[in-house]
Amino acid sequence: MEVLFYIAAVVTLVATVRVITHVHAVHALLYLVVALIALALIFYLLGAQFAAALEIIIYGGAIMVLFIFVVMLLGPLAVEQEKSWLTPGTWVGPSVLALVLLGEVGYLIAAGDHLPIDVMETRRKGISIVLYGPYIIGVELASMLLLPGLIGAYHLGRRVSKEPR
Amino acid sequence: MIDWSRTALTIVVILGGVLTLAALLVWVERRLLGIWQERYGPNRVGPGGLLQSLADMLKLFTKEDWIPPFADKAVFVLTPAIVVITALMSFAVVPIAPGFVVADLNMGILFFLAMTSLAAYSVIIGGWASNSKFAFLGSLRAIAQLLSYEVFMGLSVMGAVLLAGSFNLSEIVEAQRHLWFVVPQFLGFLGFFMAGLAEAHRTPFDMPEAEAELVAGYHAEYSGMKFGMFFVGEYLSVILLSAMIVILFFGGWLGPWLPPVVWFFLKTSVFIVLIFLIRATWPRVRFDQLLSFGWKVVMPLALINLLVTGGVVLWKAG
Repeated sequence: MEVLFYIAAVVTLVATVRVITHVHAVHALLYLVVALIALALIFYLLGAQFAAALEIIIYGGAIMVLFIFVVMLLGPLAVEQEKSWLTPGTWVGPSVLALVLLGEVGYLIAAGDHLPIDVMETRRKGISIVLYGPYIIGVELASMLLLPGLIGAYHLGRRVSKEPR
Repeated sequence: MIDWSRTALTIVVILGGVLTLAALLVWVERRLLGIWQERYGPNRVGPGGLLQSLADMLKLFTKEDWIPPFADKAVFVLTPAIVVITALMSFAVVPIAPGFVVADLNMGILFFLAMTSLAAYSVIIGGWASNSKFAFLGSLRAIAQLLSYEVFMGLSVMGAVLLAGSFNLSEIVEAQRHLWFVVPQFLGFLGFFMAGLAEAHRTPFDMPEAEAELVAGYHAEYSGMKFGMFFVGEYLSVILLSAMIVILFFGGWLGPWLPPVVWFFLKTSVFIVLIFLIRATWPRVRFDQLLSFGWKVVMPLALINLLVTGGVVLWKAG
């Protein structure tokens, strides 16, 4: 199981790095899809089956499709422009920050206090009870946020002219 | 060890069976379409034309495998694989008989929905990577259609899940021992059937590949076996759709006298033929009608169905 976890983790990391470094927008998005699927596998291995399925259905299947849709509609992709943006200078900031984190991870491993992967199976019922119990405010707020989006989309898509189609 | 070899055997049997069936269905569909339209259909190769698919396959393999110079090569080659892989992966959770299933997942239905939603990529990326107008238009239509109907598919399944109290497909079948879910869940069945037709882009929802206006839609630029994989993928999703309808609403393998596998096969065949019959008799709908029908008719029906089912289940539980 741990081997599977590490393989999925490496896939996620490599894919995510490619998302950032790829100059071609659609290819970068495809790497993001791969990263999301690998992440779903990690969720599954850690016992969160429901989260894994939702990760693929909602993020992998719906949201990323919309992303690609929009990027496709943007027309001919400016690969040259993207190349000019990704100069070596832009890497300094993120690299320094990432190195700090890497140092912390190194310290944790060296301290020898690392725990084995703790698998705890999460049941759908448990998730639902928590969502609709203590976290009900969060669910309600999220749905309130989504409603204006729905109404706004309806307003934008409304037909103004009265003439028959 | 015994468990592993059993799983491997199940995988081989299901893969082989499903792929053979998909190839055979090409001939079955053309033959049935012919009979319904008062002509013969393919009847030359083998007894009654039975080997027509084999001949088609030989032809596809020997055709020039052409990649358009303007296409995005890597993605272009990758796409046909996504079609077949996502369709075949879904069969892993399809229970054919008690214990005759590759992976009896607790979240079987969610796995099926996940694979269906990933299948959308093949259509979208295929149309984009071809870099041609017809293919691109086809994939634009496909995105709108697939995203809309995915919502209803998930919603209409949930009624059956509520009644069975489980996401596990085997348990859903077992819950129908006394009454098939098509009776209490008739709206759910209609919604799922329509959404499934749209997901498999079959008539009357085959707008993405409308051959009269878009040449062939998203796979217009594909040739040889790459086109063949799109083709096989479509028949795989027809089999998958029929199998899922049988499992969710028509009691899966349950039935008197005959062994479970035979019942499953018979029921699935009925729906496969029904899908062919719809293609033979119905015209293609207009695209805006397709979308507004989905959002204005199927969506409210699925929501009402879910609400009523939830209420009844709660009321019965006391």
